Amino acid sequence: MAGSTADRIDITGFNLYYHATRALEDITLAIPEREVTAIIGPSGCGKSTLLRAINRMNDLIDGVRTDGGLRLDGEDIYQRGIDVVELRRKVGMVFQRPNPFPKSIYENVAFGVRMGGNGLLKTRLDEVVERSLKEAAIWDEVRDRLQRSAMELSGGQQQRVCIARALAVEPEVILMDEPASALDPLATAKIEELIFRLKEKYTIVIVTHNMQQAARVSDRTAFLMLGRLIEYDKTSKIFTSPSNKLTEEYITGRFG
Amino acid sequence: MSLKAGRFKYFKEELIENAIRLTALSAIVSIFLIFLFVFKESMPVLYDQVVRQEATVAGFFRGLDWQPVSEYPRYSFWPIILGSLKVTLIAMLFAVPVAVGAALFSAEFAPARLKEVIKPMVEVLAGIPSVVLGFFALIFMATFLQRLFGWHIRLNAVNAGLALGVTIIPPIYSLCEDAISSVPRSFREAALGLGATPWQTALHVVLPAALPGISAAVLLGMGRAIGETMVVLMAAGNAPQFTFDILHSTRTITATIAAELGEVVFGSAHYHTLFFLGLLLFAVTFVINLVSWSLFDRLMAKLYGARN
Ligand SMILES: Nc1ncnc2c1ncn2[C@@H]1O[C@H](COP(=O)(O)OP(=O)(O)OP(=O)(O)O)[C@@H](O)[C@H]1O
Ligand SMILES: [Mg+2]
Repeated sequence: MAGSTADRIDITGFNLYYHATRALEDITLAIPEREVTAIIGPSGCGKSTLLRAINRMNDLIDGVRTDGGLRLDGEDIYQRGIDVVELRRKVGMVFQRPNPFPKSIYENVAFGVRMGGNGLLKTRLDEVVERSLKEAAIWDEVRDRLQRSAMELSGGQQQRVCIARALAVEPEVILMDEPASALDPLATAKIEELIFRLKEKYTIVIVTHNMQQAARVSDRTAFLMLGRLIEYDKTSKIFTSPSNKLTEEYITGRFG
Repeated sequence: MSLKAGRFKYFKEELIENAIRLTALSAIVSIFLIFLFVFKESMPVLYDQVVRQEATVAGFFRGLDWQPVSEYPRYSFWPIILGSLKVTLIAMLFAVPVAVGAALFSAEFAPARLKEVIKPMVEVLAGIPSVVLGFFALIFMATFLQRLFGWHIRLNAVNAGLALGVTIIPPIYSLCEDAISSVPRSFREAALGLGATPWQTALHVVLPAALPGISAAVLLGMGRAIGETMVVLMAAGNAPQFTFDILHSTRTITATIAAELGEVVFGSAHYHTLFFLGLLLFAVTFVINLVSWSLFDRLMAKLYGARN
């Protein structure tokens, strides 16, 4: 097994191409278990691409090619015969823009469980829905409107329903692509608190444009630029004494 | 500087706007005039004493015989209403699964190159004149099906329904394909990200999200089917019998009007009866369209909430 046992995700010499252009270049990065790892960097540097590589969401895009290693618990997820559906149940995702299904709140949260096909009893499913909504700190706001369309909620509420929906599947890793970028400070604070609590159970990778947010919620920070990993270290180190000049310039806001 | 516009500053804009308004208006006016004409020609069955000796509205819904050219003409609408319903139902049962399935396949699963074949092919299908399709159903398909299933009657409701189905597959397909393709990509990503298979995603997320558009498409297709004339005129055998047997020859409302209006005595009871039948057809298709719109709105509200 590569890396230490505490590393959940092990990325080594990983490249990703959109047709002929290389969007990720020789990325090497080990993401530890039950910690929050933040990915920061200027727009277009490949943060989303890297995040989506971890649950093979890029497969949906025409002309994507990868090489190098990307291991989850020691298993290369890009090797032949990998069950992508199973992978995505283990590695959940929350998107930049809230994207609840045009279904009831209840059905949104129950969706992944239903699709998993382990035919839960209605009462068990009710429990899962309630637990997930509580975990995502949205239960109190929606408990008496579970059958209403999730599209009627505010953006911040929608995003938390989306988080609940991801949690209901009981993933081990959660990928979040700027989960708070469409939200106001109050809703953002709620999501950050949430992330803080979730890391007791889950391994979290979060993309963010917000330096303070990265500093507040993450244990480790990876700084990307133009598809390359410039620096990866403990968040406290990155934000106090980065080893690379580019990192320092970026986090102090001198460019990007 | 004053913000007041000169008098002729937007002259060209206004001209174009009014021209567009005029064309839209003329379309509406001509539809209204057609309706008015049909309405006017059908009304004598309500007030004209001579006409009413032969044909009355109550009479249309009494008895089960449509025999307009016998010594004692009988004008019961029931056999031809039933004919229209039978043929339309069969057409829908055939066309809806095929059209929706094809739309789902080409929007969700077909590789780009295959998609580029399917869409133009359906458009070609839409371009086949209905008389050619009717001819095909009358001569070739009827014989083929009769041999295959050992039918007693060659031209029957099933034969006509299948041919009619072919004519409504293209419009239903196109509208469904649009509805499915316009389901945001983010829904698909969310579903796949939760560990749904592509099939589950298509069936449980994409299809339901497209449901307002799909149900509107199905209803509009039904309106088309009820109004379509040439195919049913040629392929149904044209016997206005009141029977629920789908393997009997049958006659639809449209075929009745098309077949008889050409030879009817102008101003006779039969003439006005055919117009009343036309009015009925008008009303039915109008109601179907209304239902289609309101269903679309209701489903949109249910799925996407009151906000949108
Ligand atoms: N579907 C695609 N096809 C081709 N190129 C793409 C595609 N998606 C992203 N790219 C390219 O890959 C690079 C990285 O994009 P990515 O979305 O990962 O950036 P990002 O760091 O997430 O940016 P942002 O902060 O603006 O979200 C960009 O140069 C972009 O143009
Ligand atoms: Mg991004």
